[in-house]
Amino acid sequence: MERILFGDNQFFAVNHLSDEKSRAQAIKFKDNSAIIKVLDDMYDSGIHTFMCTTHDRIASVCDNLRSNPEKYSDFKIIPCMPYAHKYANAVTELGIIGTLKQYIPGNIIGAFTKGGLALATNDYVSLMELLVDAEIKMFKCIQTPAIFLQNVMTDLLLGLGMNDILVAYAKYIKDKYKVDPGFITMNLPLLLDVLEKGGIENPLICCSINKIGFRMSGGIELYERTLKEKRCRVIAMQVFAAGAIPPKEALEYVCKLDGVQSILFGASSKSHIVQTKELIDKLSS
Amino acid sequence: MINSAIIGLGKMGLSHCAIINAHKDANLVAVCDTSSFMLNALKKYSGMACYTDYKKMLDENKLDCLFVASPTKYHAEMVKYALERNISVFCEKPFALKIEDAEELVKIVDEKKLVNQVGYHNRFLGTFNYLKQLIDKNLLGEIYHFTGEAYGPVVLKEKGGTWRSNSSEGGGCLYDYASHVLNLISFLVGTPNQAIGSILKRIYSKQVDDAVYSNLIMDNGLSGQLIVNWSDETYRKMSTQITVLGKKGKVVCDATECKIYLKEDCKEENLTKGWNIKYVTDLTEPVDFYLRGEEYSSQIDYFIKHVIAKNTDNVNSFKTAYETDKVIDMIKANAGRLS
Repeated sequence: MERILFGDNQFFAVNHLSDEKSRAQAIKFKDNSAIIKVLDDMYDSGIHTFMCTTHDRIASVCDNLRSNPEKYSDFKIIPCMPYAHKYANAVTELGIIGTLKQYIPGNIIGAFTKGGLALATNDYVSLMELLVDAEIKMFKCIQTPAIFLQNVMTDLLLGLGMNDILVAYAKYIKDKYKVDPGFITMNLPLLLDVLEKGGIENPLICCSINKIGFRMSGGIELYERTLKEKRCRVIAMQVFAAGAIPPKEALEYVCKLDGVQSILFGASSKSHIVQTKELIDKLSS
Repeated sequence: MINSAIIGLGKMGLSHCAIINAHKDANLVAVCDTSSFMLNALKKYSGMACYTDYKKMLDENKLDCLFVASPTKYHAEMVKYALERNISVFCEKPFALKIEDAEELVKIVDEKKLVNQVGYHNRFLGTFNYLKQLIDKNLLGEIYHFTGEAYGPVVLKEKGGTWRSNSSEGGGCLYDYASHVLNLISFLVGTPNQAIGSILKRIYSKQVDDAVYSNLIMDNGLSGQLIVNWSDETYRKMSTQITVLGKKGKVVCDATECKIYLKEDCKEENLTKGWNIKYVTDLTEPVDFYLRGEEYSSQIDYFIKHVIAKNTDNVNSFKTAYETDKVIDMIKANAGRLS
């Protein structure tokens, strides 16, 4: 895993601090070419891994990578699934079963398809596998060193105590896709305990890590202690706490933190990407 | 440790289920739903007792509290059944479809002294609470107008098949989306007693409103506008915004930031003349278990603490939700029919 990973929130109008900024981003990245241009800037600056949700628009990013294999020979994507709002909005309108029917590929009603059987017999692991396959489809022929489960899904399963599904997910990613399964969470200490109990050693986890303890459930002290124990490989996200901490101060904290393997950040301009990368490199050395 | 149960495993019910189950002071002993799909999943993986008959669930388990997240039309009978068995209740919003039912439930909790809360989660957001403090401290001077808005991408096409597409079951934008805004308005500036020029607009739905527009008037002459639309795909998720205009300043507040414009400095609050911005990161208390926004965890933690302490002096009470139900009815009556 590279030290610096590039995120995608800015492309999809995700801004945890301002709805107004969200809209400005939605306008800036209306066309896929604007996304691809920023990703080129990222690649040229020496960051070669893009961590992104399985948003529909990522499909065009993947098309671009496949069309220019030489240019992007070292370009890697870490997919994070699912793009939760797609499902959440669908559930409000269609209900849970209606949503599954909409998003599981093939004729779900057909009793002899894998999906039809899984739904009819309440085979939840098979359903999970079908949904994973559907989300991963767009990344065909692209280097994906790891595949992550989004925090809403990880934390929902964690809260519900459906630990077996979390473990089954990890096993499926490893067996079928032969890559590292990862989990995004807002509850690192709790998740790590559950994964270890499920037999997953040294898991790959992406979680909020920042100086002010923003979205670090269980508290910053417990997080720091957990990191020191080196029981998991950690990607730090939300290191700027949605912009609440000045960049230098934020990076000084996270770069010196023992137990953080990689740092994830997003930016909309070349200068911002270059500055942040230089700062992380300098503070990490 | 208290014992709790949930009725309804839709989007809100599942979310509550995860948050309660992860809470250190509450046992989630039983769940009830009519869909075998979710019920079997919980039975298989989470080990909770599963029911399809809520009465049976309440009769067979010794519960301290119940979470009701069923379709709105069932709220009243379920809440009543629980209250009669001396079980404290957290009910999803909107509270009840019939005003008489809401009134009766308020009366019962008053008599029985049971903790009662409704899931208007915006009330647990740091930004809106901060705005309330500014208003209470009279920082904005005499308030003369407000705007309450909410937008989101729920119904974007001409189809739909859940209870939310049926107004007699509590569906539609007024019940689902606008109720949040109306509840916030009551919390911040008071409850309107008149609605004029109200429009319930169908955009894609055949039977329910997809947008709500209304002019709201208070006793003291304060006026405001309600603008809510759940068929707006320029929003990634529900976005709620309140603007309050006073003689000494103005505030524009949403879930992520509170923008304050003041005509003069205010040293006590550390605010200066002109624009000041407070972000949710400065105003949010951390939670023990995070799922989808601090407010969802906070409201449940708050309810559980009140149940343990047997403290019925809580925010988002049935009574305040009943006030919101009354405003919903008022707008419906004023609009007359779907436009």
